[in-house]
Amino acid sequence: MANASVIQGNFIKMVSHKSGLSPTMVNSLRTGILSLIGILTFLLVWQSTANNIDTSLGQFPGPVQVYEQIGNLVSDYQREQEREAAFYERQEERNARRLAEDPDAEIRFREYTGQPTFPAQIITSLKTVAAGFLLATVIAIPLGIACGLSETLYSAINPVIQLFKPVSPLAWLPLVTMVVSAVYVSDDPMFAKSFLNSAFTVALCCLWPTVINTTVGVGSVNSDLINVSRVLQLPTLKHVQKIVIPSAIPFIFTGLRLSLATGWMVLIAAEMLAQNPGLGKFIWDEFQNGSSDSLGRIMVAVLTIGFIGFILDRLMLFAQHRVSWDKSSVLK
Amino acid sequence: MNRFLDISSVGIEFNTDSGTFRALDKVNLSIKQGEFVSLIGHSGCGKSTVLNIVAGLLEATEGGVILEGKEVNTPGPDRAVVFQNHALLPWMTVYQNVELAVKQVFKGQKSKSEIHDWIAHNLELVHMSHAIHKMPHEISGGMKQRVGIARCLAMQPKVLLMDEPFGALDALTRAHLQDSLMEIQNDLGNTVIMITHDVDEAVLLSDRIVMMTNGPAASIGEILDVDLPRPRDRLALSESPEFNQIRNRALRFLYEKQKFPGGGSRAKKPRLEAVDGASESKSASAAA
Ligand SMILES: Nc1ncnc2c1ncn2[C@@H]1O[C@H](COP(=O)(O)OP(=O)(O)OP(=O)(O)O)[C@@H](O)[C@H]1O
Ligand SMILES: [Mg+2]
Repeated sequence: MANASVIQGNFIKMVSHKSGLSPTMVNSLRTGILSLIGILTFLLVWQSTANNIDTSLGQFPGPVQVYEQIGNLVSDYQREQEREAAFYERQEERNARRLAEDPDAEIRFREYTGQPTFPAQIITSLKTVAAGFLLATVIAIPLGIACGLSETLYSAINPVIQLFKPVSPLAWLPLVTMVVSAVYVSDDPMFAKSFLNSAFTVALCCLWPTVINTTVGVGSVNSDLINVSRVLQLPTLKHVQKIVIPSAIPFIFTGLRLSLATGWMVLIAAEMLAQNPGLGKFIWDEFQNGSSDSLGRIMVAVLTIGFIGFILDRLMLFAQHRVSWDKSSVLK
Repeated sequence: MNRFLDISSVGIEFNTDSGTFRALDKVNLSIKQGEFVSLIGHSGCGKSTVLNIVAGLLEATEGGVILEGKEVNTPGPDRAVVFQNHALLPWMTVYQNVELAVKQVFKGQKSKSEIHDWIAHNLELVHMSHAIHKMPHEISGGMKQRVGIARCLAMQPKVLLMDEPFGALDALTRAHLQDSLMEIQNDLGNTVIMITHDVDEAVLLSDRIVMMTNGPAASIGEILDVDLPRPRDRLALSESPEFNQIRNRALRFLYEKQKFPGGGSRAKKPRLEAVDGASESKSASAAA
């Protein structure tokens, strides 16, 4: 291994010497080329395997078909937007006409209710995962800090955590659904019930990684630093703010990233299972639809889910980099 | 009768997996105001334990510590501790590290500008004014230790407790810091208890050297008075017969009367000459 990296280093030096590019540029060029080769190989393998898989809905979609479907989804979206604009235009015309005939006429406004488009489903899913993740974070971090500080609380809560941690959040889904529809009764609901169901389910699975990692992080604060705090007689709140949280930040973020990743995975499954709006429902609907385009569209959704998951993780990493005091540490 | 700090018949037992372990037994020591006392003894005899009991970080099983007529058994800023490995908060600059202590100790007593001046003054004392906005990882080990000392001085403690403050430093840096510490103590008249493994350091800095017997159930073996005139100069002293006499008595105590129990070479031995002191072999012979 050591040899390989030496050879690689020499290679970079040699190339940078010959081409006049700086070594960092050569290095990033190299990474770029390697990624490109990786992606191209993947596309090639994908296309050739896809050609050999026949399903009852036609051939398994390869990259070309997926690309076509992306185009279709975009034009679907544009068509839907035009329809919506036309709908409101007609409604306004109609109302204006009525008012002209009879100034006292009662006029009505209706919301446009068309098919949810693919981008709309993405946005719904993002909102839901954000809500569930935030809710979980707001509970999990303080709970984790409290458990890390107090051995007593930890002993009391740990069995509960260990019991619920391995439960698939999907098992909660029926319970959450029933509780939400029983408790959340309002004539003019601020949130749709389906939104709450999905968000709570996501929150339930986002809780544990953050609680556990925060607890561990708080428990492993350097004992010298704790002694400094004791000698200074820092009040608890200040102790937490100045000493505990900064030390535990890497652990907290590890927990948050795990939470967000599982939350995103679970959300898609919950949407499929409960028919709640979002990317999961999109996939399920396409599957039920069973047209020749369906598999291609599902594949677009799969890739989108992967890409969004990746972006979410990068965002967390960026956030960690922003709040972390140790700028020199390499975050991966 | 000048009894400023009184450690009276202190004993402590630790609960371990193999039953209770008595680390200290009947430790008695009185310290005058402004006195500089060194604690010296073999590794694992219980020096840190004594210091931590005075600091209030550990609670004695028997006996207690009386400071200016009041018993102390919780930690507090009147007994500031300089830790062996600086214990600066790595996410705060040098200035902020001292500021945290100053704001906590003098809240409501000093105005904003007074607080600032006081922080700057204490960093000046340890010659760290040039790096006040650096992060701890950007400064050297010796500099970190200076900041740790400044943080404690800034608390204006009644007693300054130092647990091997220069143990992890190279010989030259250690000599520098010893000189700084002597200067500061001369000017401010702090009461200091310092743990060290370095006999020369103990003789150079102290008014008294307290030598502890080996554990378990360690106690105070002998106390040496160091009547060398101050200010002291390390070069001049190294040739003075009084200095060498005291030094030899300390060494004789440690190597003849209190031979290291395990005798193993892996254990930390008191230093004859300055070598790298970053030894990690804590609690070497507890179980033996
Ligand atoms: N929390 C604890 N639990 C059990 N035993 C302990 C504990 N703290 C210290 N001891 C034991 O008490 C004895 C004294 O320890 P202490 O740390 O005070 O030694 P020391 O003289 O400071 O040693 P060193 O010079 O290596 O720092 C040791 O034998 C150690 O094993
Ligand atoms: Mg010690």
